[in-house]
Amino acid sequence: MTQTPLQPIGQDDLIACPSCDALYHVRVPQVGERATCARCETVLIAPKSNAMLRIVALSITNLILVVSALFLPFLSISRAGFYNATSIMDAILAFAQGPMFLLSIAVGALIVVVPMARMLLTLYVVAPLEFGAAPLPRAAQAFRLFESLKPWSMAEIFVLGCGIALVKVADLATVDFGAAFWMMGVLVVVVLLQDNLMDRWSIWRALEKRA
Amino acid sequence: MTQAAIPTARDKGLIACERCGLLWPMSGEHSPCGRCGHKLSSRNTGSIQRVWAWWLAGLMCYIPANLYPMLVTDMLTSHSASTIVQGAIEIAHHGDLPIALVILIASVAIPFAKFAAVAYLALSIRPLGRFRARASAHRRHQLYELVEYIGRWSMIDVFVVAILSALVQLNAAASIHPGPAAVTFALSVIFTMLSAQAFDSRMIWDVSPDAAPTLKEETP
Ligand SMILES: [Zn+2]
Ligand SMILES: [Zn+2]
Repeated sequence: MTQTPLQPIGQDDLIACPSCDALYHVRVPQVGERATCARCETVLIAPKSNAMLRIVALSITNLILVVSALFLPFLSISRAGFYNATSIMDAILAFAQGPMFLLSIAVGALIVVVPMARMLLTLYVVAPLEFGAAPLPRAAQAFRLFESLKPWSMAEIFVLGCGIALVKVADLATVDFGAAFWMMGVLVVVVLLQDNLMDRWSIWRALEKRA
Repeated sequence: MTQAAIPTARDKGLIACERCGLLWPMSGEHSPCGRCGHKLSSRNTGSIQRVWAWWLAGLMCYIPANLYPMLVTDMLTSHSASTIVQGAIEIAHHGDLPIALVILIASVAIPFAKFAAVAYLALSIRPLGRFRARASAHRRHQLYELVEYIGRWSMIDVFVVAILSALVQLNAAASIHPGPAAVTFALSVIFTMLSAQAFDSRMIWDVSPDAAPTLKEETP
């Protein structure tokens, strides 16, 4: 850098709402409570007890669920003596033939790659903090990526899609849920729990302090 | 007190990093955030062009998504390819009016409302434009969060096509294949999401009608 490095301002006592830019004095709420923006109600600080350990545990659970659900059947169908079972991998590869392979890549990314990447990034960022070590190199960039990938992680939408697909073929054939469907269902809950535990402000502060 | 009484980081000569929230002096505009590396900007004014570019791309993909078939169904005796609307009409003919309505709302009305909402939000923040939003900044912010939240859920139509195409492969008895609209519909959803993400919601509050009452108080 050729410029003189900038100094951050008031990281201990000032916080700006990321959605509307309102500026507040930091008042860390009680564990389990949330400080929200008075203008737009965005959650600014939400400390949770033991959050880091629970986040790490949930990430590992999540990874195990995705990997094992990938190849197990999640829906099976039978009609007039014909039978077919579908795994998530099959659904991803549904578009693989012909010019629609790009769609296969997109579906695979949205329901498997992005959710898994987010979990790996969480482990990379949070695990060292939980165990009292210094953040790993580029942990801040990893956490930034983790946050920006959030809207692109669509496992829960896929699970609901299974339900709709079921309604659509119900009069065409008999459909049953397989093991992977229930695993994906659990995964949705795990992701929700984890998002709820994730307090951006605390994690950024922790990354900064131990760097 | 009035909402306009809350100062913004910009009022105080500060820039908040959009990603990690750390505050920097205004002189740091356009340089990377020292904590997370994101490029600092007090207001992402250039983002409006990106909002419109993605918006237009999304709309252009949305038109063929409604004209071409989403699903192609092959049965023992029949072959059918139906667009989203045709599919809903078929279901309605079967007597499942509620489900047909849900499909129409989820796959047609909501995407359409999303385009309208993003356009409205983008127009409402032009400081020099003739268009003045009547909704308060608070309402518009809620609309923005709704668009961001709902936008991703439109992908469900594409997932349903993927699931059906993988699942219904029963040799001669029945098989389902994706139609060309599946691709354009997916692209349309992705582009609209990018359009909404490009939007800097902080700008909603800058030209806020909410600010008017305090101005009046100052000059009675
Ligand atoms: Zn706010
Ligand atoms: Zn930053």
